[in-house]
Amino acid sequence: MINTQEIRKQFPIINLNINRSNLIYFDNGATTQNPQNVIDTEKEYYEKMNANVHRGAHFLSSHATEKFEESRKSVQSFINAKSVKEIVFTKGTTESINLVANGFRSILKKDDEVLITEMEHHSNIVPWQICCKYAGAKLRVVPVKENGDLDMVSLKSMLNNKTKLVALTHISNALGTINPIEDICKLSHSFGAKILIDGAQAISHIKVDVQKLNVDFYCFSSHKMYGSTGVGVLYGKEELLNDLPPYQSGGEMIKDVSFEKTTYADLPYKFEAGTPNIAGVISLKSSIDFICKIGIDNIKNHENTLLNYATLELKKIKDLQILGTSKNKSGIISFNINSLHAYDIGVLLDKMGIAIRTGHHCAQPLMKRFNIAGTARISFAVYNTKDEIEKCIAAIKKSKKMLL
Amino acid sequence: MKKSISMIQSDIISEFSMFDDWTEKYEYLIELGKSVPKIKDDEKKDENLIKGCQSRVWLFVEKKEDYIIYTADSDAIITKGIIALLIRVFSYQKAEDIANSNLHFIDKIGLKEHLSITRANGMLSMLKQMKMYAIALSKTQK
Ligand SMILES: Cc1ncc(COP(=O)(O)O)c(C=O)c1O
Repeated sequence: MINTQEIRKQFPIINLNINRSNLIYFDNGATTQNPQNVIDTEKEYYEKMNANVHRGAHFLSSHATEKFEESRKSVQSFINAKSVKEIVFTKGTTESINLVANGFRSILKKDDEVLITEMEHHSNIVPWQICCKYAGAKLRVVPVKENGDLDMVSLKSMLNNKTKLVALTHISNALGTINPIEDICKLSHSFGAKILIDGAQAISHIKVDVQKLNVDFYCFSSHKMYGSTGVGVLYGKEELLNDLPPYQSGGEMIKDVSFEKTTYADLPYKFEAGTPNIAGVISLKSSIDFICKIGIDNIKNHENTLLNYATLELKKIKDLQILGTSKNKSGIISFNINSLHAYDIGVLLDKMGIAIRTGHHCAQPLMKRFNIAGTARISFAVYNTKDEIEKCIAAIKKSKKMLL
Repeated sequence: MKKSISMIQSDIISEFSMFDDWTEKYEYLIELGKSVPKIKDDEKKDENLIKGCQSRVWLFVEKKEDYIIYTADSDAIITKGIIALLIRVFSYQKAEDIANSNLHFIDKIGLKEHLSITRANGMLSMLKQMKMYAIALSKTQK
């Protein structure tokens, strides 16, 4: 059991008043709030540490560099990577995926195949479209079943010796489905395909052990794990990152530059051109400390309790349909109420101080698959409570009454 | 004689001042939204569609003698309610009056948030389009 009241005290924003009500924040799938220790680290960096990393010989620079690298170590141990060389800092999941997709342009050959799924976020679709177009490769899409599970039978039948890469999400941001990554990795590897996982919705909700899962690439964002915006991570197996060409180029990522020939820096610096979001990277360690102090399994259990309770209560509302009813779900609930537009529900809930997400959730192909324009989505984090769900259910009922 | 744009805005402001809380205000908007004549689905062509990420708006413009007539529809009811207000203000007005108008009622009745870019509900673009048509038409008249 976790002490939610103690946890809530650590989040200044949770105690804000929005539209004259205490804020109920149920848009954690979009971004999570920051606890005090993360905010403090960020502030402390600018007050006491601000300097560029990996450059100067002076005190501040080496202090900032030390902290920066401590953060990398913290990420390494959080996801159980073999080496810090396998941890690349980016600006987010989107950039992490783009980095790999960009590299695969020159790795893929004509008629090779890349597999993605119908439940991907646009940021795990478009980079592969561009990559495949560039390489003359074929992009194939694994369908999603009616309950929001990935169609594993189709996946198996679509894998073949031409499949060079499988890119899919760990947890669907629109359905909440948790995909069986370990099995899919085994399958993909048996065809010699590499596998990239979009972990944006998983990293702060369930245990991620990249060695146990045996993924080749794993991408996530700091702002979805109680950290700041503009920081992300790409995990990649060392030998694969070595084979991948650089993404952006410039300062920091080189060993030697002359006009005849430039040699690249070693991993992970080869992929970290330019000055990064240093404060954000350093405070990512504080986010990880926050998560580890509570324990990721405790967080998972808490969110699972909320998911079950909210699902039960929502189902009691007449004409409400939940999109995504997999047995294996994370704390994300997408729903529609018959002919009502999700935007209208979202506007009225906002008036009652409840923040949810409405729309297509950057997953237009998935919305098309279910033949809907969008959904209203509630998504949980560790600081949410049963009491908030009760208020939200009452607010949904009130909205429904007003709109019908 | 049709009332002037600024007179209609004053009317709306005083009507809205009677509401005690947000619930009454939104109930009224929803009622308005339901009263907007629907545009038939097969007339909702892409060229009339104003794309917003959240809700979609279709806008039609025609000219009758000196007046501009707007018809619009949306898939979201609250968006439609606000559309109804915009149409009440702008429809059957002269092109140059619309072009030169200063729309302040939205702010006064506390619905400004619906016209922010972040809402991505197509409303801001719709307002721009309404004015642009009027500006274009008032130019051709000269
Ligand atoms: C499943 C999934 N993938 C990728 C992203 C993109 O993350 P970011 O915007 O942090 O790059 C998101 C964010 O909404 C997401 O939910």
